[in-house]
Amino acid sequence: MSSEHEHEHEHGHHHDHDHGHSHGHSPFQPDIKEPSEDWEFMEVALRELLIDKGILTAREIQEKIEDYEGRTPENGAKIVARAWVDPAYKARLLADGNAGVAELGHPFDGLKLVVVENTADVHHMVVCTLCSCYPRALIGIPPLWYKSREYRARTVREPRAVLAEFGTHLPDDVEVRVLDSTADCRYLVLPRRPEGTEAMSEAELAALVTRDSMIGTALARSPAKA
Amino acid sequence: MSERFKIGDTVRVAAASPPGHIRTPLYLRGHTGRIVRLLGHFPNPERLAYGMHGLPELALYQVVFTMDEVWGGDGKYAPRDTVTADLYEHWLEPI
Repeated sequence: MSSEHEHEHEHGHHHDHDHGHSHGHSPFQPDIKEPSEDWEFMEVALRELLIDKGILTAREIQEKIEDYEGRTPENGAKIVARAWVDPAYKARLLADGNAGVAELGHPFDGLKLVVVENTADVHHMVVCTLCSCYPRALIGIPPLWYKSREYRARTVREPRAVLAEFGTHLPDDVEVRVLDSTADCRYLVLPRRPEGTEAMSEAELAALVTRDSMIGTALARSPAKA
Repeated sequence: MSERFKIGDTVRVAAASPPGHIRTPLYLRGHTGRIVRLLGHFPNPERLAYGMHGLPELALYQVVFTMDEVWGGDGKYAPRDTVTADLYEHWLEPI
């Protein structure tokens, strides 16, 4: 193994040397494509200028990236599971989303947070038709489809067709309520607790709560499928 | 801070098309909805976008519309289906 590793290392050196890739900017990993779009060049240029001028360090930028990557749907799932097992907590969470999530150690600062409950009568699903507003602190970075023009345009116009494409079919007497997140408020959907989960622990319940169930494009997993 | 509208009020979204950074979706302009929630008071994003302070803050409301009202369903939509948006007070007119 070690000789192979050395060989690769040397090969890389020769490659760089032969082709004169001793650029002034930081190296790109070979499996990450070089920027080609205008916005990608602008991002690289801005990042390098911020570092060169001492406004930010590379480490600070990396720490911010790691901070974002640490925000995952597991955070939201814990909040949902607690609401399923603790009716008093659920009441507080629905009355004041910011205070409710902060209570579980996930502060949501700077924006209003509203938690909406899916029930037998109403099913909420969230979209941002203007851009990609999303409760990132609780469920992470939005999936690419959430930002797509297709999801954004169609969800407000034919929500049941969009839901069906996610495998979510609801009776016509359930109100489908699309929440267009257009301003300083973010919405987190509290999905319905699946049938047959009465005996499950809070941690087991949290494993049934998917990202999509908190966007409202899907239901929580049923225990048989978990 | 005070608000011009209360929960349950029927309002019409202004049918305006001003230039600039606007957070009132085009598809709702001119349509009639109902206030369902007061979301608080926030600086005007139409001013913030251009480096201004956006004060005084504006009341922000969650407003619900029926699908039929917005898109003219002709039976295409389940009768109870709705869409809500979060709209600043200066875009809303009393009915």
